[in-house]
Amino acid sequence: MKFLRQTLAIAAKDLRSEIRGKEAVNASVSFALVILLLFSFAFDLEPAVIREIAGGLLWLIFAFAGTLILNRSFARELVNDCLDALLASPVSGAQLFFGKCLANYVLIVIVEGISLPFFVIFYDVIPQRLALLFLVMLLGTWGITVIGTMFSAMTVNLRLRELMLPTLIYPMLIPALIGAIELSRVLITGAPLADSLFWFRVLVAFNVIFTILALALVEIVLVG
Amino acid sequence: MRLKIIVTLSVLAGAILAWNLHRIFLQVPDEASQGAIFRIIYFHVPAAITSFTGFYIAMFTAVGYLIRRDLRLDSIAASINEVSLAFATITICTGSIWGRIIWGIWWTWDARLTSYFVCLLIYFGYFMLRRAIDDPTTRARLSAVLSIFACVDIVLVWKSIEWFRTQHPGPVLEIRGGGGMAPGMESPLWWNFLAFLMLATALVLIRTRQEAMRLEIDALRRYANAF
Repeated sequence: MKFLRQTLAIAAKDLRSEIRGKEAVNASVSFALVILLLFSFAFDLEPAVIREIAGGLLWLIFAFAGTLILNRSFARELVNDCLDALLASPVSGAQLFFGKCLANYVLIVIVEGISLPFFVIFYDVIPQRLALLFLVMLLGTWGITVIGTMFSAMTVNLRLRELMLPTLIYPMLIPALIGAIELSRVLITGAPLADSLFWFRVLVAFNVIFTILALALVEIVLVG
Repeated sequence: MRLKIIVTLSVLAGAILAWNLHRIFLQVPDEASQGAIFRIIYFHVPAAITSFTGFYIAMFTAVGYLIRRDLRLDSIAASINEVSLAFATITICTGSIWGRIIWGIWWTWDARLTSYFVCLLIYFGYFMLRRAIDDPTTRARLSAVLSIFACVDIVLVWKSIEWFRTQHPGPVLEIRGGGGMAPGMESPLWWNFLAFLMLATALVLIRTRQEAMRLEIDALRRYANAF
C-alpha cells in the first residue's frame, strides 16, 4: 500500500509539473501534427490503401511523438539536482521509476487521444472497432512507456541523451510495435480478428516481461 | 599463458578452416536445386550460431558483473559482444549474397534478415552507449543492464518477426526439426562452427587484453590528473 501511495505521489508530481508547464505535451502534439502533415506529402494513395497502412502510420506517430515526452521524463529532474534529491528521499528506485512510468503513460495517452481524431479527419479513416483499438493503444503505449522510461533513466546523464534515447528504444520496441501495428490494421479495416488474436498475447507478454525486468533492474541503473 | 592459448586456438581454427575449405569446395557435391551457392550455408549458419552463443555468454558475464562488480567481467562482456557483432555482420552479409543469387535481390524484409538487422541495431546501440559514458563503473553498470534487455528482446524480436512474415528457408538441420542434410554434407558445417568458436575465443582474449590495458591507461591518466 505504501509502495502504491509513494508511486502515485511521484506520478502526481510529474503530472502537476507538466500541466503547469505543458512543455512536453505541447511539443509532442505539435510534432504529431507535423508528422501527419509530412505523411500527406510522402503518400498519395487510394483510400483503400491508406486504410491498410493506417495502423503503421498511427504507431509511427505515437512512437515518434512519445519519445519527446520520454526524453523529458528524467531530464527535467537534472535542474537544481532534483534527481539526487529524489534518490536521497525515502522512495525506492522502483517506486520512482514506476511513478514516472505512470505519469509518462498518462501524457502519451493524452497525446494519442488528441492526434487520433486529427488522423481520422485528415485521412478519412474511420476505425471499424474503436473500443478494441483503444485497448490496443493502451497496451502498446504501456510497452513504449516502460522501455522508454527505463532508457530515459539510463541516458539521463549522457551528453547525447536526445540522440541516444531513440537510437536505443526503437529497435527494442519492435515486437510491441509489430503487434500493435498488426492489430490496429485489423481493427481499422474491420478484417477478421481471429487470425491476429495472438498479437494481443505478444503485447501482453512484452509488457509483463519488460515491466518486471525494468522494476528489477532500475535500482542498479539509478543508484548503482 | 594467454598468448599460448591465443596462438593455439588460432592455429587450430586456421587448420580446421583450411581442411574444411578443401572438403566444401572439392569434395561436397552441388545441392540439387540451388547449385554451388548452397555452400554459403557452411559459413552463414556457423557464424549465426557463434554470434548468438556470444550474445548470451556476454549476458551471463554481464549478470556476473552486476553480482561481483569486477570490471574485468565488464571487459570480457564487451569483448564478447564486439566479436559476436562481427559474426552477426558476417551472417547478414552471407545471407544477403545468398538472397541475391536465389531470390534475385540483395535484401528483402524477410523474418530472419529483419530480426538480424534489429539485433545489429540493438548492439550498435550497446556500443554507442558504452562510448558515450566516461566513468568505467557507470559504463559497466549500464551496459550490463542493456545487455540483459537486449538478450530478452532478441527472443521476442526473433519470434514476433517469424510470426509476422517469412521468406527464409525453413529449418534444414535435424536439431531444429528440419529434414537434415545428406550424409557427408552436414559434418563440414559443424567443423566450421568449431573453428569459428575457436577463432571467436581467440579474438575475445585479444580484445579483453586490450580492454584491460585501456582501463589501466585511464586509471593512470586520472591519477596523473589528480596531481
